[in-house]
Amino acid sequence: MSQIEEVSLDKFKHLVSERALTGETMLLNMGPQHPSTHGVLRLLLELDGEIIVNCIPDIGYLHTGIEKNMEAKTYQKAEVMTDRLDYMNPIGNNLAYVMAVEKLVDLDVPARAQGLRVILTELQRISSHLVWLGTSGLDLAAMSMFLYCFREREQILDIFELVSGQRMMTTYFRPGGVWRDVPVEFEKAVRDFIKIFPKRVDQYETLLTKNPFLLDRTLGIGKLDVATALSFGVTGPPLRASGIDWDLRKARPYSGYEQYDFNVPTRTEGDTYARYLVRVQEMRESLKIVEQALNKLPLGPVRSGNRKFVTPPRSEIGVSMESLIHHFKLWTEGFSAPKASIYSAVESPRGELGLLLEGDGGPKPYRVHLRTPSFDNLAVLSQIVKGHLVADLVAILSSIDIVLGDIDR
Amino acid sequence: MGVEQKLGNMGVVTTTLESVVNWGRTNAMWPMLFGLACCAIEMMSAQSSAYDMSRFGMELMRASPRQSDLMIVAGRVSKKMGPVLRRLYDQMPEPKWVIAMGDCASCGGVFNNYAIFQGVDEVVPVDVFVAGCPPRPEALIHGVMTIHEKVKGESFKQYAEKYKQTT
Amino acid sequence: MDKKLEPIVKSVQDKFSATFEEFRDEVHLFLKPEQIVDALTLLRDEFNFELLSALTAVDYYPQETPRFHVVYQLTSIAKNRSVQIRVPVNGSSPKIPTATHVYDVANWRERELLDMFGIEFDGHPDPRRILSPEDMEGHPLRKDFPLGYEEPQFTFNFDEIDLRKPYAKE
Repeated sequence: MSQIEEVSLDKFKHLVSERALTGETMLLNMGPQHPSTHGVLRLLLELDGEIIVNCIPDIGYLHTGIEKNMEAKTYQKAEVMTDRLDYMNPIGNNLAYVMAVEKLVDLDVPARAQGLRVILTELQRISSHLVWLGTSGLDLAAMSMFLYCFREREQILDIFELVSGQRMMTTYFRPGGVWRDVPVEFEKAVRDFIKIFPKRVDQYETLLTKNPFLLDRTLGIGKLDVATALSFGVTGPPLRASGIDWDLRKARPYSGYEQYDFNVPTRTEGDTYARYLVRVQEMRESLKIVEQALNKLPLGPVRSGNRKFVTPPRSEIGVSMESLIHHFKLWTEGFSAPKASIYSAVESPRGELGLLLEGDGGPKPYRVHLRTPSFDNLAVLSQIVKGHLVADLVAILSSIDIVLGDIDR
Repeated sequence: MGVEQKLGNMGVVTTTLESVVNWGRTNAMWPMLFGLACCAIEMMSAQSSAYDMSRFGMELMRASPRQSDLMIVAGRVSKKMGPVLRRLYDQMPEPKWVIAMGDCASCGGVFNNYAIFQGVDEVVPVDVFVAGCPPRPEALIHGVMTIHEKVKGESFKQYAEKYKQTT
Repeated sequence: MDKKLEPIVKSVQDKFSATFEEFRDEVHLFLKPEQIVDALTLLRDEFNFELLSALTAVDYYPQETPRFHVVYQLTSIAKNRSVQIRVPVNGSSPKIPTATHVYDVANWRERELLDMFGIEFDGHPDPRRILSPEDMEGHPLRKDFPLGYEEPQFTFNFDEIDLRKPYAKE
């Protein structure tokens, strides 16, 4: 193991102002171990008193080598890596990955599987926003929000556990459908959640939306204008809070999103408070989608019948020689994808989650690139914190909603 | 429930100093708030309303290593993070314990590659490994109970020998 | 090809004598390294490609000319279109002009490519490694970089692996 190296100012000379070199402004390290950086992010701050002059993010403390590791696994087995990418949104990452694989090999998905995917992805979006609400409440000294939000999150995780057996890293979506059909208790569990959740969101809003402490900390703080946002590639709620109506679920509907009636909440202020309002509104919209998708959920198979890509059900393996051969081949060798490259993107709770997937004709992906939204959303931080206090940095950082696993990959 | 009910008004308790000290250490263990990756979310769940780790005297998470005596390594440790983790461990006051939470911290988990330490025991000594990817909050609580058992069994002599070696 | 994309492809083809490939309704335009800044400016200003969605590279290792493809995925929010630009780069000292003054997002993404592939960007304002430690050697996402698989510790090789862990018994 290497030691922590002594860093000289020469390395950052071009990033700080001249006043830092004379010692007039102070350089302060925030992180990598800090309670409000939401993970292992290191920020090098140049401070004039308590005002931020420059902010230099240093990332990579959670660099996992996911892209490289996925190249060493077959298409089916590489999916487990995507779970651990953005760990607030494992199901959404699975969706992005399986959709990319389906696009590459041109595989159809049955309607019931599409409906299930939408329900679970939207539930995951709510749970991701709940973690964001709880932790940013904690950062802004609203401790009880954390306890309330995690209470509801547990209910969502129970639904995931019901369908897949795991609380977080479900790997429930598979190329060509889902792992298996949901149990009969699923519908009641989701209906229970739909019934109680709107009241709970009202509760959160009563606690926060007009709370003068929150307004003081967030109104007009960290303004992000449209031109900067676009140039820095910001997507998701921060972009929508700046006034651009861009949601891939609406703009390029996938997985049957075109059937559901929902709004894309936008604001024009672009400050921390607008980002808060957009996310809270998004939770209500997601719940609307869950309800509609559950009402419309058709009956039928949940996996594609294409035996070249999807393993046959267990019941067939005992009676059909061909099914046994398919099963064996798919799990030992995997299926091969054409020598081509595709880019497919979905709307994750943080923005556009894209996958560049390139096949080489064999059973393993030749190159996987994950276009993760937090990476670009964090890059804009150094622009919007300039001139604010250090305490406001915490509010801005939590309003961007970064996940370090998503940034460092 | 308390000691008063058991003893009546006798007012004198005889025990060994070791067991009193160890009892104190187990019931006021301050873990370090040190979230790395996915497991940190489950660690937060364990702290939150549904599981409530404060039942075991573990609710006070300290952000500073200098105020904590239990390090819960929750998540994968990358090659860039390893030296930082070691420095944080060195900054914690003795006696200190380490829980490796989750498969990544225990053995590298699914990430067997160039970027990740294959187990955090390549960096710091580990007392308890908790399996799972990520472990359920109950599993973490079980890990904490296991470390309580371990602390209760420690003797001053062990500490003395340990410090003789290090100084 | 998508009808809406035809004028764009034609314009880029005429101006830069680019070739294009198509797969599953996606268009990949192939350009030379020296043309990339002009092409990105043209697409951003005239065809509303406001968003540089992804900037990455692919390594075709044993092949040397070209060894890398630098990939620019562009999105137009106003017109709801996407186009991909690929720039083939040679294996020995790969170099390409920076796009930071066209899209600010290119700054970090290009640092990532420098870190992961060793592709240098001419005129980049901050050429440092971004994800790996500063003292790391090699570029992990190149195909000739090993995955770095380590033997897991089992009963039969316990002592052998244990030597690697000097800190485990303090």
